[in-house]
Amino acid sequence: MNKEGTQQTDEITTNRLLEIAQQFYDQINTETIPYITLPTRTKANIEYDEEAEVWVYSDRESVRSAKTVRGAYQLLKTNYVIDFLKYQLGEKRSSTLRELYYISENWNLAKFSEQNESDSLIEDLEIISKLQRENFHIRPEEDGASIMGPIKVREKTRRGTKTIHCQDDVGEGGYQVPNNVDNIEFLEHDAKMIIAIETGGMRDRLIENGFDEEYDSIIVHLKGQPARSTRRLIKRMNEELNLPVVVFTDGDPWSYRIYASVAYGSIKSAHLSKYMATPNAEFIGIRPSDIVNYDLPTDKLTDQDVKALKSELTDPRFGSDFWKEEINLQLKIKKKSEQQSLAKYGLDYVTKTYLPERLSEMGVV
Amino acid sequence: MEEPIIVAEELAKKQREISIAEFFEKNRQILGFDSAPRSLLTCVKEAVDNALDACEEAGILPDILVQIERIDGDTYHITTEDNGPGIVKEQIPRTFAKLLYGSRFHALKQSRGQQGIGISAAVLYAQLTSGKPTRITSKIDLSKPAHYYELVVNTKTNEPEILVDDVVNWDRPHGTRIEMDLEGSYIRGRRRSVYEYLKATSIVNPHTRITLIEPDGNMETFERVSDRIPDASKEIKPHPSGTDLGILIRMLRDTDRNKISAFLEHGFVRIGKKTQDDICKHANIDPNMRPADFTRDQARRLLAAFKNVKIAAPPMDCLSPIGDDLIRKGLEKEYPVDYISTRSRKTSVQSGNPFLVEAGLAYGGTISTEDRVQILRFANRVPLIYQQGACAMTHAVEKVNWRHYGLNQPGGGIPMGPVVLLVHVASTNVPFTSESKDAVADRPEIISEVELALRDVARDLKNFLSRQKRFEKRKHKEEAIVQVLPMIAEKVGYILDKEAPDIRPVIANIMGNLLVQKSVKPNKNGSEITIRIKNFADAARVFKLHDISPDEPIEVNPKGVSVELESGYDNIWKLSLEPGKEKTLTYTIKSKLDPDTTTNPIVEGIDETLVTGATTMGGMT
Repeated sequence: MNKEGTQQTDEITTNRLLEIAQQFYDQINTETIPYITLPTRTKANIEYDEEAEVWVYSDRESVRSAKTVRGAYQLLKTNYVIDFLKYQLGEKRSSTLRELYYISENWNLAKFSEQNESDSLIEDLEIISKLQRENFHIRPEEDGASIMGPIKVREKTRRGTKTIHCQDDVGEGGYQVPNNVDNIEFLEHDAKMIIAIETGGMRDRLIENGFDEEYDSIIVHLKGQPARSTRRLIKRMNEELNLPVVVFTDGDPWSYRIYASVAYGSIKSAHLSKYMATPNAEFIGIRPSDIVNYDLPTDKLTDQDVKALKSELTDPRFGSDFWKEEINLQLKIKKKSEQQSLAKYGLDYVTKTYLPERLSEMGVV
Repeated sequence: MEEPIIVAEELAKKQREISIAEFFEKNRQILGFDSAPRSLLTCVKEAVDNALDACEEAGILPDILVQIERIDGDTYHITTEDNGPGIVKEQIPRTFAKLLYGSRFHALKQSRGQQGIGISAAVLYAQLTSGKPTRITSKIDLSKPAHYYELVVNTKTNEPEILVDDVVNWDRPHGTRIEMDLEGSYIRGRRRSVYEYLKATSIVNPHTRITLIEPDGNMETFERVSDRIPDASKEIKPHPSGTDLGILIRMLRDTDRNKISAFLEHGFVRIGKKTQDDICKHANIDPNMRPADFTRDQARRLLAAFKNVKIAAPPMDCLSPIGDDLIRKGLEKEYPVDYISTRSRKTSVQSGNPFLVEAGLAYGGTISTEDRVQILRFANRVPLIYQQGACAMTHAVEKVNWRHYGLNQPGGGIPMGPVVLLVHVASTNVPFTSESKDAVADRPEIISEVELALRDVARDLKNFLSRQKRFEKRKHKEEAIVQVLPMIAEKVGYILDKEAPDIRPVIANIMGNLLVQKSVKPNKNGSEITIRIKNFADAARVFKLHDISPDEPIEVNPKGVSVELESGYDNIWKLSLEPGKEKTLTYTIKSKLDPDTTTNPIVEGIDETLVTGATTMGGMT
């Protein structure tokens, strides 16, 4: 995006934020108790968008009103944040979510009690303004993923444009995905698939075993719950390069949610699902049925694991028969396994047997 | 030849009548003289009770002095003095030095004296423990002299022994003064002490003034808070349902009526001609029969008839309750608290005797929150100090589920919290657990009535506490809203580079308040003042609005009343606004007012927490 373009979006962003403040202004002037309405951000309020094939917020709304003590404080903080973002955009500066949380220390009664609060507020503003926090010049803390594979990209950085081949021009760590993925241009590639991996250990295993070369695959290290930039990049590669995406995680409820945020959209940022979710990403495993069929080394499910599994039974994103069967099976066997447990059968088992078998079943190879 | 010895006759010679006084001498503990502290208290109690009864009967507001001096070791010198009607000279010796002498024991009416063995027992106790006589001074009228006696009780004959009989000068117009020396122990402090007893007495007798001078010289005065002498309780005849076989047989023997019909009609309360008729029929007895001729069996039939014939309940007006107002006043003066609730229940019946229960609950203030609640027990306006655990009133307290009303009740016994409970049982015949009359007996009717009274005051407390809580919550909310909302308005203005919008209407809206907005606009004639009022509450508001102006208002719309002050005018409007409605008042004055320095209007008749934009006066929450 060129400098002018950035200016333009900055202007649009500032105006959208000012519109919110204007709303409050008008309310107060008409003796109306200030309020805003937002879609309720719980799993009870997400629905499947047929067209985009992703999960977005449905119609239920929450009202935040100055009528209650809690609401009043929330609206106060909202305005303080708007004021801050207006300043930030005007000065062409940026900050992280965490910095925003700390800056609020000076805001007196509008101080945030924890970072979750300020993170949530930024998400609220995204939804209301129909923009992304990148537009506010707000960055997250977490790293994006790294990728390794037969693809050449051009990235626009603060220090000029860089052209990078994600096997030849990178070290062991791979290519670090930047925060703003829209600054990347795909130049050329020889890839046939994209495999997104949860753990660093498994990612290293695949690279050591030359999986990217053997299967012409772009290996994406998700680093746990994937950052927005990671999800965005996967989506872009899937759409623009027409490459199938598979996701390979541990076999526990938290890992299934990792898959869900790649494929279905997250509950927290369902307003951005169309932008970040890859609906045709498929789940390789580790599945509960794999635990049984491959007789993998296991750990017992903790109480939190059980709770999370049960919660997923009522999460509409896991509503398919496939998931219902797998989750119920896991509740029955009361066990979980890591993806690296495949090493029971030797270091090459995952790349020589498990993955090829599974990918062939799924029709990817 | 000698007469053959019959053992029984020999033994009979040894027997002689034991005098009552001798009996008491050997059985002091039954009568309240079982311990040193208690003995002292009992002597004070008898004197004070007598003084109260006498004053009430004479229609005098009691002023009582109690002075206790320590002579040495265990010997104390007690002086009590009152402003009562005094005692007629002839009656003085037997009143003070003959046991069981007095009118109170036989009368069936609510009286304190019913609970005491009488002052004579105190006199006897004093002489036994100190060897000294009791000194009495009494005067019945300003025009008459005061009589002075020194008395002891002759324990064999139960008659007074007069050691001194004199006439003295006394500056009181009337009254009685008693001085005795006795062995005892004075407990300082608040539990089971003379102090506690007198304090409790003054609570339930708020028309009395009691001064206590303790052995260390400390003087305490329990002031009166009422000038109303309680109505005298009336004497009544016994009610049939309270009669048992023994009493009935004795009454039949003692009566001087010649016909049973007359005996029934005049010897009992609530038996009229018809009822008497019904009873005789039911018992199969000739109404003309002589009471003296009654057999045991016939008496039994009569008793059965009492149970089976419908007889009206005993009259309820023979009792004299303390009353809600005086209970409240009494508690208020001794316990500075946040809240008091009282209940005076209607008369009920137990064992044929009318009785009523009154309860009071004092909460908060300086009462400790960590202890079990204090229970002040009273029977016929006399404080019960001992045997709390055995008393029916205490049992009733324990039966109530105090947790439901906001107090802790660990272990289900007496609740804990900053509360003082007052329970008063008044009856023509209070049933006690023992001769010492320390605790009321567990009659179901009594326990039930006490429980009901306690539940009533407890419910009041619960309502008060939740009102308080709501009030606190509202206050907390208000503090937050009043602070936060202006900040929102200011920030919004700042973001938009505009002047901060007026947030007061929104605040008034949120708090459900009455909004008052005054604006001043200079015009060519002077200044135009506009006051806009909007009612954001759920209820209609009726109030007066005042606005002070430096000079006379003209073109007042709508018309109000303008009162000239020393410097300016008080412009008053009488207004009433339905919920959601608003009204605008305008007027003009000649002088030019600075819009930034004008005074706020004043709302009269609404509490300040319910008004935004004006000061208030004369409001209630």
